Amino acid sequence: MIAELGQFALILALCAAVVLAILPLIGSFIVQPQWMALARPAALLQLLMVTVSYLALTSTFITNDFSVLYTANTSNSQLPLIYKISGVWGGHEGSILLWVWVLAIWTGAVAIFSKHMPAVLLSRVLSILGMISIGFMLFVLLTSNPFERIFPIPVDGASLNPLLQDIGMAAHPPLLYMGYVGFSVSFAFAIAALLCGELDSATLRWMRPWTNIAWMFLTLGIALGSYWAYYELGWGGWWFWDPVENASFMPWLLGTALIHSLAASEKRGVFKAWTVLLAVLAFSLSLLGTFIVRSGVLTSVHAFASDPARGKFVLYFLAIVVGFSLLLFAMRAHKLKGHANFELVSRESALLLNNILLLVACAAVLLGTLYPLFLDALDMGKISVGPQYFNAVFVPLMLPVIMVVGIGALLNWKKDKLKGRQTTLLALIILSLIAGAILATQFDGYKITAAAAIGLAIWVAASSLYGVYYRLRNKRDRLSAAMHTPAAFWGMTIAHIGMGVFTLGVALTSMFADEQTVRMGIDDTHKLAGYEFRFKSIDEVRGVNYVAAQATFVITKDQHSVSTLVAEKRVYNVRRDTMTEAGIDGGLTRDLFIALGEHLGNNEWSIRLQYKPFIRWIWFGTVFMALGGLLAAVDRRYRVAATTQKRARNAEAASGATR
Amino acid sequence: MTPKRKQRLFLLALMLVGVSVAVIFLLKAFNSNIMLFKSPSDIVAGNVQEGNRFRIGGMVVEGSVKRNDEDLSVEFHLSDTANKVPVTFTGILPDLFSEGQGIVAMGSLDDSGMFIATEVLAKHDENYMPPEVADALEKAGKMPGTAANYGGSTVVQP
Repeated sequence: MIAELGQFALILALCAAVVLAILPLIGSFIVQPQWMALARPAALLQLLMVTVSYLALTSTFITNDFSVLYTANTSNSQLPLIYKISGVWGGHEGSILLWVWVLAIWTGAVAIFSKHMPAVLLSRVLSILGMISIGFMLFVLLTSNPFERIFPIPVDGASLNPLLQDIGMAAHPPLLYMGYVGFSVSFAFAIAALLCGELDSATLRWMRPWTNIAWMFLTLGIALGSYWAYYELGWGGWWFWDPVENASFMPWLLGTALIHSLAASEKRGVFKAWTVLLAVLAFSLSLLGTFIVRSGVLTSVHAFASDPARGKFVLYFLAIVVGFSLLLFAMRAHKLKGHANFELVSRESALLLNNILLLVACAAVLLGTLYPLFLDALDMGKISVGPQYFNAVFVPLMLPVIMVVGIGALLNWKKDKLKGRQTTLLALIILSLIAGAILATQFDGYKITAAAAIGLAIWVAASSLYGVYYRLRNKRDRLSAAMHTPAAFWGMTIAHIGMGVFTLGVALTSMFADEQTVRMGIDDTHKLAGYEFRFKSIDEVRGVNYVAAQATFVITKDQHSVSTLVAEKRVYNVRRDTMTEAGIDGGLTRDLFIALGEHLGNNEWSIRLQYKPFIRWIWFGTVFMALGGLLAAVDRRYRVAATTQKRARNAEAASGATR
Repeated sequence: MTPKRKQRLFLLALMLVGVSVAVIFLLKAFNSNIMLFKSPSDIVAGNVQEGNRFRIGGMVVEGSVKRNDEDLSVEFHLSDTANKVPVTFTGILPDLFSEGQGIVAMGSLDDSGMFIATEVLAKHDENYMPPEVADALEKAGKMPGTAANYGGSTVVQP
């Protein structure tokens, strides 16, 4: 009954989406205020119905209703409650329903937080979101119905993949989807701007916080996925250039370019057509990501059961979206021409450089990800592109971005001779390099590259902080001036410092990490990076839905006890899957990582020991970036601007009424 | 030419140079890092140059897995049902590695025809077969009882 209710609610939501996609849009062209006014209630109705549908599916998980095929395949009565709830998006059908729900949430959020937006713009934005919604709801209803029943009803479910029975993996998809789908809002704004034939700074001010929030979620989602891969897959790596990782990384790169070009467009009226194009591409890549993950064309951790019909649907949908958007862009982009000029040394140029490099980096990732697919589709042989390619291309492209990030933020709009800052900047560069050279001595084996990397990270932080100082230099009361500095400025500074933190983590981990795979029996010891690992014991333990061999290790350094770690090899009851739970001693300057391999007999095990210096800084850096995005999004200026506009409009309306 | 135009031209040239350098980097890196995928039949047919790194996929032959008692090396045969190739690997095999399982290995051939794997991948779902492996098996003529995807009550055990 509940399942049918869920399906029925989804069909109703589809009806709401159809109304939303058609009437307000037409109304905005033939000037029918009543039709345009339908946009908001239709968006909210859609949200309500999708929510009902989603909760219905969740309730079949919680109540162990295995007459629903999807529930029977994905859940199990032994599963802890939290994983029953997160298990809803543990398989294909549910995760697409989650996608639809997230889209409905974004659409609803735009409807709620846009009271002051001009009616024409709002109705068009919501209509376009409605169209995307139709596409994905049809996808669910036609190819991936999660509410399908099975008969005879199985006694118990096949259970969730144990890899996904983890709190990090429970949170990763919703965060990622919030980001992916969030770019649909930027996309809708961009298309609405093309339809209107203008992209004024008021529209851009509406667009910026939405884009920032989506970007923040995507950043967190990717970072969480990376962290999960690190502690759950048992290899101790944090990024594999796996096609599915790339699928989420490409929209991130373009999203990053987008938030920067939005700044230039809003403040100076430049790059408007470019901004629109980036918004279109960022969302298209989100769709491409969905296609890559859901079509099963790739060998990947994420490629669970897949079905060609689904891949085809998403591919057609992608073709329609990209085709129409680019056609519209070709027809209308010339209207968005900006008139502002800027000189070679100016913030505009810096943002342009940032955009070009990010776009090229994205194109390089796209090439490496799609080329094997093309070859395969054309039956020209099977190849794979290794991580070496991505590293070789990506690092040289990103280095200049990281080097100039601090200076770019310091430049004035339009024209800048860097007067009065050159000496300070030069001094900062030299001091950073010296500091890097000194700090690099702390590691075993002096590396000039390590000195350079540390120097670079310090330079990013120092130049960003100098930007803060420079902004406040002429203020009498610096503290109160700092308090009144817009949140967006702090957001930018924090995100840029996050880049430095991230760079440091990546560089030091890749240069000084140490790893050994060894054969160890009880009481054997092994030394790695100055730490002594002793295999103390192995026991059998029982979890809620698994049995595990649990190994205990005692780690000492120079006779001092450092930590006692527990690593497990779990066998899950229902699916008989084996899983590795690594033992990790995390720290600010290093992680120690132990993963159990196989039992080799005689209580001897193959064991992977790892020493990972500064690896946490990678994720700290991303948290900084996300925080920066959040701060930038909540900046008062966007809301103030909106209110002023409303006042202006009210005044206009009032004067119109008296006329 | 006005100074402004000169500046634009300079900017444009700079970008062009930058993009070309990037493209050169990109293609160079691309060419040197492509890894071909071969099936055991390709290798037996001598389609592979000794020493080149490539990927191989197939099923682990039942009863062929031999572990060394001293260290972490392991030897097994990989087959696409038509032909098989001996593979050796030192290190920790993935959790889902087992006899009869489809896997992908990365490495190169030595002069005795042994595949020296530096990495072994098995996928994290017992019902899932890497597309390359499925394809290789199909080409060899046999796709053994395709690990059926869910559906129906057969996979659901109490």
